[in-house]
Amino acid sequence: MPRIRLENLVKRYGNFEVLHGINLDMEENEFTVLVGPSGCGKSTTLRMIAGLETVSDGEIFIDDKPVSNLEPKARDLAMVFQDYALYPHMNVARNMSFALRLQRRPKKEIDEKVGKVADMLGLTNFLHRKPGELSGGQRQRVAMGRALTRDAGTFLFDEPLSNLDAKLRGQMRAELALMRQKVRKNMIYVTHDQIEAMTLGDRIVVMHGGYIQQQGTPEELFKRPANKFVAGFLGSPPMNFLEAEVQDLSGRSFVSGNGFELVLPEEKASAVASLSSNAITLGIRPSDLHYSPDAPDHESIDLKVIVSEYIGAQSVLLCDCGGQKVEVELKSETPIALGETLRFAVNREGIHMFDRETEVAIR
Amino acid sequence: MSVAIKANRLTPYMFLAPAGIILVFALLYPIGYMVYASFLDWSPSQRIGQAEFIGFRNYVNLWNDDAFRESFWVTIRFAAIVVTLEMILGVGLALLLDRKLKGMAVLRTVFILPMMIAPIVVGLMWRYMYHPTVGIFNRTLKSFGFEGIPWLSDSTWSFIAIVIADVWQWTPFIFILALAAMQSLPRSALEAAEIDGANEWQKIFMIKLPLMMPVLIVTLLLRLIDAFKVLEVILVLTNGGPGLSTEILALRIFRTAQEFQELGEAAAMSNLLLMLLMALTIGMFLYNRVQEARAARQRAAAEKDDT
Repeated sequence: MPRIRLENLVKRYGNFEVLHGINLDMEENEFTVLVGPSGCGKSTTLRMIAGLETVSDGEIFIDDKPVSNLEPKARDLAMVFQDYALYPHMNVARNMSFALRLQRRPKKEIDEKVGKVADMLGLTNFLHRKPGELSGGQRQRVAMGRALTRDAGTFLFDEPLSNLDAKLRGQMRAELALMRQKVRKNMIYVTHDQIEAMTLGDRIVVMHGGYIQQQGTPEELFKRPANKFVAGFLGSPPMNFLEAEVQDLSGRSFVSGNGFELVLPEEKASAVASLSSNAITLGIRPSDLHYSPDAPDHESIDLKVIVSEYIGAQSVLLCDCGGQKVEVELKSETPIALGETLRFAVNREGIHMFDRETEVAIR
Repeated sequence: MSVAIKANRLTPYMFLAPAGIILVFALLYPIGYMVYASFLDWSPSQRIGQAEFIGFRNYVNLWNDDAFRESFWVTIRFAAIVVTLEMILGVGLALLLDRKLKGMAVLRTVFILPMMIAPIVVGLMWRYMYHPTVGIFNRTLKSFGFEGIPWLSDSTWSFIAIVIADVWQWTPFIFILALAAMQSLPRSALEAAEIDGANEWQKIFMIKLPLMMPVLIVTLLLRLIDAFKVLEVILVLTNGGPGLSTEILALRIFRTAQEFQELGEAAAMSNLLLMLLMALTIGMFLYNRVQEARAARQRAAAEKDDT
């Protein structure tokens, strides 16, 4: 039974519609990540689930019960905010116990719960500090602790790591993943960072322009993106897109463009057979290109190196392919020179094709 | 050290100098003059040099003066009551009007109008309204068949009357400051409280008011300082009467100088009032200082943990 279900969820501000009928099922105890660029409606969706924004149309079901007219407190939620939203005048212990104190739970039970969560998050030594006396990472942890102490059925996270610096963000991401293993609850997590989405989510929902673009497991989305937007959004460095045309030559299908000609594997060839136009966009991830000087002509692509970005064990090469830019990942020890033309073999599964008009994946 | 650097160092003092000179002549000199005068037996017909130096006798006289003690207590009572009422009403109004509704901007402007009216005009206005026969209050009461109230001729009612007028004029001051404080509260903390299960009252008493407290305390002290100095409205409304029931200190000082021609004694009273207000002001500064020190300590603690 789905725990949380969104049915044709619409949000309008005046006449301006920002969410256009969102349909989403979240399984019990699933970690769902809503990801997308800013302004895509992901935070609005989360805030509507939380009850902080009104629902213009459609319905939110929690355990098959419509909740869109309920107060936030009646929805059995806990939420971690982007700016942590700690109560500045209460110390850490009182911040964490606020919800329980409102419920007038016995003091012993409250102390026990706060103690347990503080222990789990390494906050025991800070219980008597005010939020102003904590560093960013500690505040983040208190915000998480407050949500955990609440012991709600569903946890909502609104870009909880975006205020931290890069190093701390990586550390907190790992801690979140660890907490995720200990706490089996519904979690809905909003982020614009595709790495957070990929590493944390059981299910990723990619949003853009107020629509859901695609949802599925991180692997599904990475390997079989439904359209050009999803393909370009997930993965780092992002997927390369090349203008190309599909051709049939002596019984085999080729995809060719300025400076390259690749033979299509059988399963892809059948998909292009039914196309009305030959004009497509070819997508290849940097990780699907391998430096291989001896690769056969129609299974490789020749690229002229323009810029090399050294980032440690790997380097990212920015290359030119008949006037279009292509990024490639390469082991740093490979001896190459700028301006050189190198041959890269293309992974057969790594060939993605998109309709040039609708940007929908061809498969 | 080169001349240029020396000149550079002196620049800030040069810019401060005009303000400093004005301060010395317009503030320190009169205050010093007043403090000196409070040790003299001085009538307006004398020049200050001719007045007899009598040490602390003016202060001793004040201590034994029942009328002064009465007016001192009237002042304390007045200040305590009006400031309490104004705080409750001002903060209450701010809590009610802190929402996005059409026409709220106009309404807020209307609310702060009383503060902009000259105190003398406020006094005259209320005197007409309190008039025993033609005033709007008694006319309204009578039209409903009630007895008129002796607003300005009964000692209890006249005190109530000046309290009402002051509350009417100065509640807006607290209202706008409280509203500004409320609108700068972190929205997300209030949303978090909502999700944590706080109802409207709990949000007000457990989140909003504690977070507004620093602003409210400063507002309270500012208002208290002002309330101790109130003069014009009461001068016009009751002139301190009936009896001494509404004779606040400022009025007493004014009358001691004008009617009783006791400049020395009036100066001594002013001095006492000044010391009282100084204590309040220093209290306010100390409060700010403590707040700042605490914030600095918190920042330092946070930075230490960050590294």
